Amino acid sequence: MEAASISGADAQLKGPALGGRLGRIVAQALRTWRGKVGLGLTLFVVAVAFLGPVLGGTGPLDLKGAPFEAPGHATGALGGDALGRSVLARVLHGGWHLMLIALAATVLAVVVGTAAGVVAAYRGGRVDSLIMRSVDVLLGVPQLVFVLMMLSVIGAKTWLVIVSVGLTQAPQVARVLRAAAQDVSERDYVKAVAAWGVPPRTVIRRHVVPSLLSPLMVESALRLSFSIILVAGLAFLGLGVHPPGADWGVMINENRVGIAANSWGVLAPSILLAALAVGTNMFSDAIARAGLSSARTGDPSLELFAVSATGAGEVVPLQEVPE
Amino acid sequence: MNGPAGAGPAERPVVEVRDLSVRMIATKTPIVSGVSFDVAERQTMGLVGESGSGKSTVAVALLGFARRGLEICGGSVRVGDVDVLQLSGDKLRDARGRLVSYVPQDPAAGLNPAHRIGGQLREAFSVHENLDKRELEDQLAELMRAVNLPSTKQFLRSYPHQLSGGQQQRVVIAIAFACRPRLIVLDEPTTGLDVTTQRYILEKINEMAADYGASAVYVSHDLPAVAQVASKTAVMYAGRIVEVASTAKLFGEPRHPYSAGLLKAAPSADETNRLVGIEGRPPRPGHWPSGCSYAPRCPRAQDDCRAEEPLLGPIEGDSLVRCLHPIPLESGAGLALTAAPRPEPLEGTAVQVSELIAGYGSKEILHDVAFGVPRGECTAIVGESGSGKTTLARCLVGLHSNWKGQITLNGQPLRKGAREREHEQLRRMQYIFQNPFGSLNPTMTVIENVEEPLRHFERLSPRDRRRKALDILDTVHLGKDFADILPSSISGGERQRVAVARALVVEPEVLVCDEITSALDVSVQALLIEQLRDLQLQRSLTMVFITHNLAVVRSIAQNAIVLQTGAIVEAGPTERVLDDPQHPYTRQLLEDLPRMEPSGQAAAVG
Repeated sequence: MEAASISGADAQLKGPALGGRLGRIVAQALRTWRGKVGLGLTLFVVAVAFLGPVLGGTGPLDLKGAPFEAPGHATGALGGDALGRSVLARVLHGGWHLMLIALAATVLAVVVGTAAGVVAAYRGGRVDSLIMRSVDVLLGVPQLVFVLMMLSVIGAKTWLVIVSVGLTQAPQVARVLRAAAQDVSERDYVKAVAAWGVPPRTVIRRHVVPSLLSPLMVESALRLSFSIILVAGLAFLGLGVHPPGADWGVMINENRVGIAANSWGVLAPSILLAALAVGTNMFSDAIARAGLSSARTGDPSLELFAVSATGAGEVVPLQEVPE
Repeated sequence: MNGPAGAGPAERPVVEVRDLSVRMIATKTPIVSGVSFDVAERQTMGLVGESGSGKSTVAVALLGFARRGLEICGGSVRVGDVDVLQLSGDKLRDARGRLVSYVPQDPAAGLNPAHRIGGQLREAFSVHENLDKRELEDQLAELMRAVNLPSTKQFLRSYPHQLSGGQQQRVVIAIAFACRPRLIVLDEPTTGLDVTTQRYILEKINEMAADYGASAVYVSHDLPAVAQVASKTAVMYAGRIVEVASTAKLFGEPRHPYSAGLLKAAPSADETNRLVGIEGRPPRPGHWPSGCSYAPRCPRAQDDCRAEEPLLGPIEGDSLVRCLHPIPLESGAGLALTAAPRPEPLEGTAVQVSELIAGYGSKEILHDVAFGVPRGECTAIVGESGSGKTTLARCLVGLHSNWKGQITLNGQPLRKGAREREHEQLRRMQYIFQNPFGSLNPTMTVIENVEEPLRHFERLSPRDRRRKALDILDTVHLGKDFADILPSSISGGERQRVAVARALVVEPEVLVCDEITSALDVSVQALLIEQLRDLQLQRSLTMVFITHNLAVVRSIAQNAIVLQTGAIVEAGPTERVLDDPQHPYTRQLLEDLPRMEPSGQAAAVG
């Protein structure tokens, strides 16, 4: 008889199984213009960076024409750079390296930050104080200054760029995830598991972290855009890919003297970097709102953490739900 | 006015609501459809319905208001000579408070926490009337007397948080009556208050409605409270009114099958009966069935019910019923109940608590509590909010570890926290939480939630684990269809059954249930209680049932323990405690408990 109650008019209540949760959040985010534009911009820049080396054709290191040659001549559609190389070819070749480094740094930041934040929230007490006060101290150090210090002491190595950029982002992640995890840790379903005497490690792994999907996605996207800007900034300062290698950050630095002659040398990589940062930001914002609106429609599997994309663990108030 | 169901034909009722309809703006989905009723002067009408019936939407629509995303799309609300729905802007604002006023469910939401009580009361006067200072203070003092609060300077200078919930609610009621409105809308004003305060507020509402010449609409899901306060009652289901009758008639001889269903589901504090719940769930907005919206759940439904939509029409004896086949008068079929079976008594004591002292930090919540739970029986722990009953439950299961004293399970002493206890002890005693919306992991499917304790307590292959979980879901009458969906897609009552299944899957001996029915509608509560009763009988379960509801105690428990501010004041077999209470506190609780029989007072006022 109960089984019958879910058929018919109520059939649409059947939710998809768990595997679709990520998909559902993304699908809901993509229903908004914010999500569409955000993902579109991001995918465009990623496509340029990773398909560029394949489609780009001519070498990014070849000297083709005059320095700062106007677009449309021997150096191609975007003109020449400081040494007369093709700006187009260098733009197409100069993104993937930067993006892989930024991605690796983001993964590191999210893993370390989440672990710290969630453990702090679940254990509470002294463990919480210790972790969060360390986070406060790390947040007090300016990111770029910290990274520059590491690189100047140890040397400009790719692994060090990843580690130092990752570690400077981790405290922010820890902050936001702790706020969300604190809320989850107080929920009855976590308490229910604790009442069976399940060890905290298992409770965190099986019950707390999976509930943090939405803030995790938002934070990852946000940290990715910050990492990209930071890594590009380092390249600009000469602490990434070494010339003559192609890199968007390096290009901005090399070509800024000729900005009046052929502005594309600076503009093209800048626009791509900006588009990527804006795109990931918009997309993460759409994800956060998707979490929020699903809270309104009463789907608590998404609702938990309508943490806003502005970060800092700010929780957006929910609107009243019509009956 | 002796005919409360409809005011005499000669007299025009003060409040006339006609065809009130509310819909969602975006989708045009109706939420409330064609609601009509009259309220006579000084009459209180009860508006009853379960969650989702649209009763709160009607309540605020009487003030010409619709919640965000909704709009009032038709009908009229005439109060005196004014149609509230025709007003707008300043005129509407002026009508709210002066003509129609509103008392919300949560008194804390009705008061501004940053302003003093006095200021808020004075504001209620000054917004609508031009009084000089003397008159204002006089009227204020009179009003405070009416709600039995002091009008001293000191009291008026206090902030809302310094008052108790009952005092706050009386301040809100005073504000609502301040401008002598013709109509007062009370939206579940006593939910969350203890029975003594509730009884007082209910009496106050009728008294003031009479003194101030106001009509009142009392919106609630709490049938006994409505029986107490209203002389006329309307029952709502799926956005429509299905029955309107005098309270005495409605509660004595309901004509609509849904009204009868609600009454049969409500537990009585005086008799131990098998409760009859209503299977299925109410249709959601946008999915109202064709024909009668109650037909899919109705035991009396026939083919024409599914084809033809019944209209709200008069029936012999002044009632209005929206039903093609109403329950015939004097058939006795409406409310017949059978006595509930008792479990076979078993030997011994399952849980023994002695000298239990527990608290948070240095604050002591439980003072030297001692009791035993007989094996195979249900022992209820009754108390009002703040009595320490949840803390007691959490000490039992090891979720609260700041306690001294002794708790034994089958004679073995238990350690304080769950992590320190033995595996087997943890398995034998399972806990069910109050809130069905928080106690299941929303990221796991129903079956994964039920399998979770098996992963911890037993070593089974994934196939055996799933089979065992499916078996137990079947036991709580949730079929295979429920296994692979997320808890968010099922109703509160179904979720609570999943929680019961999750507790039972490891075959415990003791089940600790903490207010597990308090978040549920009566029709769903009845289903759950009967299910627990059956499970208790089949499996010889020992239950500790924590509740504030004495009627629920009567219905399921063999033993009752009354807890007041952290100490046991009375304990014994349920019949003894409820029929012959020894302690003044128990007597007070029983006396203040609203009964289903309409009180003489409400009838007199109507």
